[in-house]
This record gives sequence, structure tokens and C-alpha cells, in this order.
Amino acid sequence: MSEGISQPDAPVEREGRAKGDLFAKFDDLIAMREGLLASGVEDPFNLVMEKVLSPTRAICNGRETILLGTYNYMGMTFDPDVIEAGKQALEEFGSGTTGSRVLNGTYQGHKECEDALKEFYGMDHAMVFSTGYQANLGIISTIAGKGDYVVLDIDSHASIYDGCAMGRAEIVPFRHNDIEALEKRLKRIPADAGKLVVLEGVYSMLGDVAPLKEMIRVSKEAGAMVLVDEAHSMGFIGEHGRGVAEAQGVLDDVDFVIGTFSKSVGTVGGFCVSNHPDFEIMRLVCRPYVFTASLPPSVVATAATSIRKLMHGSNKRAHLWENSRTLHKGLKDLGFQLGTDEPQSAIIAVIMPDLTKGAQMWEALLKEGLYVNLARPPATPANMTLLRCSLCAEHSDEEVSTILGMFERAGQATGII
Amino acid sequence: MDRAEIDRRIRDLIAPFNKNDVMITDATTFQGDLEFDSLTVMDFVAAIEDEFDIIISMNQQAEIETYGQLVDAVKKLVDAQ
Repeated sequence: MSEGISQPDAPVEREGRAKGDLFAKFDDLIAMREGLLASGVEDPFNLVMEKVLSPTRAICNGRETILLGTYNYMGMTFDPDVIEAGKQALEEFGSGTTGSRVLNGTYQGHKECEDALKEFYGMDHAMVFSTGYQANLGIISTIAGKGDYVVLDIDSHASIYDGCAMGRAEIVPFRHNDIEALEKRLKRIPADAGKLVVLEGVYSMLGDVAPLKEMIRVSKEAGAMVLVDEAHSMGFIGEHGRGVAEAQGVLDDVDFVIGTFSKSVGTVGGFCVSNHPDFEIMRLVCRPYVFTASLPPSVVATAATSIRKLMHGSNKRAHLWENSRTLHKGLKDLGFQLGTDEPQSAIIAVIMPDLTKGAQMWEALLKEGLYVNLARPPATPANMTLLRCSLCAEHSDEEVSTILGMFERAGQATGII
Repeated sequence: MDRAEIDRRIRDLIAPFNKNDVMITDATTFQGDLEFDSLTVMDFVAAIEDEFDIIISMNQQAEIETYGQLVDAVKKLVDAQ
């Protein structure tokens, strides 16, 4: 039981492997991939978008395709103000900073981006990282060190697990969204040990929401600090789009909010916001912040503009909820098995019987002109194969009904419904 | 609690997870012999944690490959209480 990833007991040795080839450890995965491609399906993990027409349309493998798997929830990628801000920064500040945030890599735009985040969340401090992955990696590994305990949901994102491993804290997982399991574990940790509870607002595989209110309460009672990753809820969930903690009225009790620019914000980058009085010291001690180049000026300019626009995005939020409800109900009525009984976010996960059927369905949808994410073990909970749909506020009502028609035809052609 | 008692209690806990009725000795491996996947590991570990009121962190789990190692690890955690 050496790790949280299941492996077959007898590894298949690849023919013709040179002795000492360190790639031998990937043989099972190579075999699985070859098996999948041998069945004749298009490679689901090698799609190229030749042209991107809008937040919801692209040309993929020569076909015009509706995008339903991009996490571009608020459709900001082609917003004219966002594009203009990026162009202007590119011209005025150049194509890149060529430096760390703590040396020559903090420009006016990075400060403006952090100011926009502080205002967006109503918090005292904001720190921008080069990716969302690095935000989790950096904050978790820096605040939870050897001897501390990180208590986390078993379905946490890879960046959270990697942050724990890098910080060498004791990792204590609990069953997904199980408040009692969290509480039990917190009570068994030595009282004087440092404790960090890591939760996500929306879990990206099934699109379900965490019971943050109760979980934060039991965490605080146990004297733990709380970090919430709101990657999949920022901009959409909560009155001001601050996420699930806002929607459940507990944002003030969260010590650290982690987020990303690569979903609702529509570019790339990550961040942490906090009210901790000493938060600024993180800029000096957090290695994934210090030892990498900062984001290009155009990226932080587009992010800052987008974040400010998201503050006033309530109409878009309402339309996105409508899309989510329509698609969820439509797929359910067609007879598909879904990850949640009710729509809880902008992610709708369609559960496939197995990887082969899932890949066939994925391909059938692509040929219909629809792109969704194919998610497979070990990234998925309970070894499920999922077709993950992420909706966009820019999907029109008409597009959503077109999407349902595509699902119906592809589902019937592959025998899934 | 002595090792034999811990062994007996873990044997009771493992039964519902031992789908193929593998004969369990100290050398039985969880991944190879018992074919535990990650979810089974989590549920099995949770059952042991509840039984003995201990925590077996993922870091500690990574060191445990066989049934015998598990019994030894649980004994150590119970003794430390």
C-alpha cells in the first residue's frame, strides 16, 4: 500500500527495453495507451486546436467544434477590454520579465494584479504565482513543514499532494467530503502539532461542492489553519464570485484562499489571498515563488482587467447557472449517469462504463463537433472514466440544446444510452 | 496491547476487504497479493484507525508493504499512546 495510485501486480516488461532504461516504469501506461489507440480511436490526449474562434468555438482536427471542456467559465479569453490591456502591456513593457518576483520580475502590472485580487476578495494580502499549480505547491510546502500535519480530502488536486510531499509534512487524508472523517482525524493529531486543513470549493472531477461551513467549523475547533482552493468556483460561485466559501458565508474563517487565472480569469497564473498579518514574509521563503520567472506583463495585465470585470459579472453568473441546470437536466433525461444528482457548479461529469467506451464516446462527440475532457484513472476518484463538461457563460441557450443533441446521437451510436 | 492481540483485531478488519480469500501471513503484500487499490487502502486504513484510535499518515503508509509490517506499525502507534 505504498501510494495512493493503484498499480497492477505484475508489471508488463516492454520488449526490446535496454537494460537500465529508466522508462521501464512507464511500461504499463505505454501498453494501456497503445491498446487504446489500437482500437482505432482518435488520441484523446493529443488534440490540437488549429484555430480558436471564441471562448466556445475552435477548429479541432479540421472540424469546427463547440468547446465544452476548457474551464473557461466566464468566457473572458476574448473579452475586448482584456485583449486590449494585454496588447498595451506587451507594447509598453515587453514580452517577458526574465526575472523572479523578488529580483527584477515585479513590474507595475504585477502589483496592479495583486491589488485587483485584494479588492476582489476583500482581503489584506495577495501573492501572484506563475501558475495555479505553483500557488498550491508553494504555499502548502512552505507553511506545513516536517512535523506538521496536513489533513486533506482524498480527492485533492495533484498540486496539493505535491505541496505536501515537498514540505515533508505528515499527510492525513480523509474520505471525500466526509465531515465526520475529518473531525475524527483532527482529534487524533497531537494537540501541540501544527495543523493545516486543505479543502477545495469545487472538486473538478465530479463538479461537486464541499460542505465548507461544517468542515471549517470542525477545523477551527481543532485549532487548525484552513486553506481552500477555489480554482473552479472563482468568478462564478458566490454573490461576488469569490467562491464556495463566500456562498456558504464562511470566507472570513478561511486563512488562505488559493486560486488560478487559468479558469474564469481566462489566462495563466495562480495566487493566494490571506488576511494573515505576517503574510508578506511568504515572498521571501516560498521557493516556487522565488525560484522561477514571474508572469509576462501582458498576462498580468489581462488578469487584472479580467478580475476587475468579474467583480461585476452577476448577469454572466446567472446565465452560467442556467446553462449548468439545462445541461444537467437534459443529460439526466437522456439517461446518462452523472457525477452529481443536482448541478452544483459549472462542471458536469458524465460517468462512462469503462475507458474503452469512454474513449469511443469522446471520439463520437468530437466527430459531432463537441469537445469535452476525457478523464481516466488514476486522476479520477474510484477509478471512474468520466467525460467532463465545463460550461461557459458564453454558451448560448441554443448551443446548449445543440450539445444535448450531440450527446444523444453519440450516446446511442456507442450504446451508452 | 500485545502483538498477537493487534494481529487478531486487524485480521478481523481485513476480512471484508480480502475479496479473493487470500491466506494472510506476515509476508502477504497489500498491492501484490491482496490487490488493494487506492480506495480500498483508504477504507481499510480508516477501519484500522477507528479500531485503535490512531492515525496512520500517508507517509507512514508508504513504508508499509506487507501485513507483518502493518501489524508492527500499528503496535508502535498503539504503544506510543
